[in-house]
Amino acid sequence: MSLLRADAISVAFGGVRAVADVSFEVNQGEIFTLIGPNGAGKTTIFNLISLFYPLSSGKLVFDGRDLGGLSPHQVAGLGIARTFQNIELFEHATVLQNLLIGRHVHRKTSLAAEMLFLASARAAEREFREEVENVIDFLDLPHYRDTLVAGLPYGVRKVVELARALCTTPKLLLLDEPSSGLNVEETEDMAFWIDDIKNDLGITVLMVEHDMTLVSRVSDRVLALNYGEVIAQGTPAEVQSHPGVIEAYLGGAA
Amino acid sequence: MRFLFKTDYDQDLRLLQHGIRKFWYAVLLALLLAAPWMLPEYFTSQLTFILIYGIVGLGLMLLSGYTGLISLGHAAFLAVGAYTEAVLAAHGWPFPLSLAMAALLSAAVGIIVGLPALRVKGIYLSIATMAFGFIVEEVMARWESVTGGNSGLQVGVVSLFGFKLDSEESFYYLCLALAVAITLVMLNLLRSPTGRAFVAIRDSEISAQSMGINLARYKTTSFALSAAITGIAGALYAHKLRIIAPDQFTVLQSIELVLMVVVGGLGSIHGAFFGAAFLIALPQVIVLAKDYLPDAIGQATGLQPTVFGLILIGFVLFEPLGIYGRWLKIRTYLGMFPFYRRGMFKRQKAFMKSERLK
Repeated sequence: MSLLRADAISVAFGGVRAVADVSFEVNQGEIFTLIGPNGAGKTTIFNLISLFYPLSSGKLVFDGRDLGGLSPHQVAGLGIARTFQNIELFEHATVLQNLLIGRHVHRKTSLAAEMLFLASARAAEREFREEVENVIDFLDLPHYRDTLVAGLPYGVRKVVELARALCTTPKLLLLDEPSSGLNVEETEDMAFWIDDIKNDLGITVLMVEHDMTLVSRVSDRVLALNYGEVIAQGTPAEVQSHPGVIEAYLGGAA
Repeated sequence: MRFLFKTDYDQDLRLLQHGIRKFWYAVLLALLLAAPWMLPEYFTSQLTFILIYGIVGLGLMLLSGYTGLISLGHAAFLAVGAYTEAVLAAHGWPFPLSLAMAALLSAAVGIIVGLPALRVKGIYLSIATMAFGFIVEEVMARWESVTGGNSGLQVGVVSLFGFKLDSEESFYYLCLALAVAITLVMLNLLRSPTGRAFVAIRDSEISAQSMGINLARYKTTSFALSAAITGIAGALYAHKLRIIAPDQFTVLQSIELVLMVVVGGLGSIHGAFFGAAFLIALPQVIVLAKDYLPDAIGQATGLQPTVFGLILIGFVLFEPLGIYGRWLKIRTYLGMFPFYRRGMFKRQKAFMKSERLK
């Protein structure tokens, strides 16, 4: 069953067609990876799904619902969470606070209840905290719980961002280059976690990734892009041996 | 050095994390309650001013310190609160009602001013709010039938449930009660989703949005709450001064308010009150110091703004967290004595912030 369907989506910035008639379907419970050289339009596709850019043409359907006409902040409520290529955490807050912000879509308390911190607000906070603690345990972050994000090393920030996305309890998780800037060991951990996210938490993952070892290890299906167009789609092995992909990365025989 | 063993999530929800802190805040509250008996009337009056400015500081802190929206027009909200209170009090409204109206009207104006905030950021927003400040100033001066124009408006004493709060002490207690209440409301907000949403907007709008935070709604909320709090302070300000005129609510005043929260420490509740104390105490200190300075400096015009400016530059350069930052360091030093290391608070620069999508 398809969770996310992109139907010939395109976006043009001025004369540049950053994404041109790209169609794909992400099935429930799989790990789907977008690959392609720099500037191929991978992150742009993420930003289209997040509704940061309006589609020039085409249609995005998530869980049977057309994303057209929604605002960016409504996407999270539908069950789509994302991370950013260059890490967009709330710098001047602790890890715990960052993760609690991840629970925001589940807010039920009214402003008045929060101002007076009524019993309902307290109960909601406790419930949020429990959910957050599950994620902290899952990603092995207890050590950093009360540290300010501004003081954390890059590798940990990456995990915190993943944790924050998980705290929204999404149906679909968009990971923009989860292994960029990580060392070999950290990339290993990341691969395990992505596997666990799929198998244990049952969350569908759509990711952009350059590290082909990681891609072949975790992905069920891969979509290769170049200059905003689809050049190949299939299992990691199929895509890696596709002549068009090899040409895009290494250059053709002129 | 203290270690807190946490065994319950509720421990993190407490406003006062441990017993020692409870003790010190109880001492502070006791001192504040006893102050009118221990201090001469003049100091009680100054303390009242600190509380009123502290409330303004809380309002501005919510907007600038926590939501990251700079306002150079906050004196205008103060004015809206002050004039609403003055006019309604003159019409015989009971104080709780007129105070609520002052807050509501300021909030409404805040929402109107907040609307451009959804479109403009940073320096453009500060210009928009400053323009708003000019407009309000002009309205106050020209709308003579209501505001009395430049000759100002008389304000009576507060009468609360039949009691006239005509003494310095009684009005001080009113301000103290409101300041404590508003502080508690702010603290509650900050430990709930709304407060976290504000902080999220301040730190990264783009990821706040992808966490499901409706930027328009929360920015407007922040403006409304900030304006309402400032409006309440305005109402108290009117009663404190007994006569209000447009020249008390100029853009210069707005800038002074921003200076107050920056010097106090952006992004901290303490900062609002530290800043207020600084703003009230500094002119007094300057007056005292004048006698010891050579005439060329002591009698020079513009001494006060110059000193203000120098202090602001000093804080921005050396202590961006303001007086609160300094206070944190001193507290840590004392708490860890004698194990405090130099460089514990050394600022680290992170070069990994993305400017994409901004």
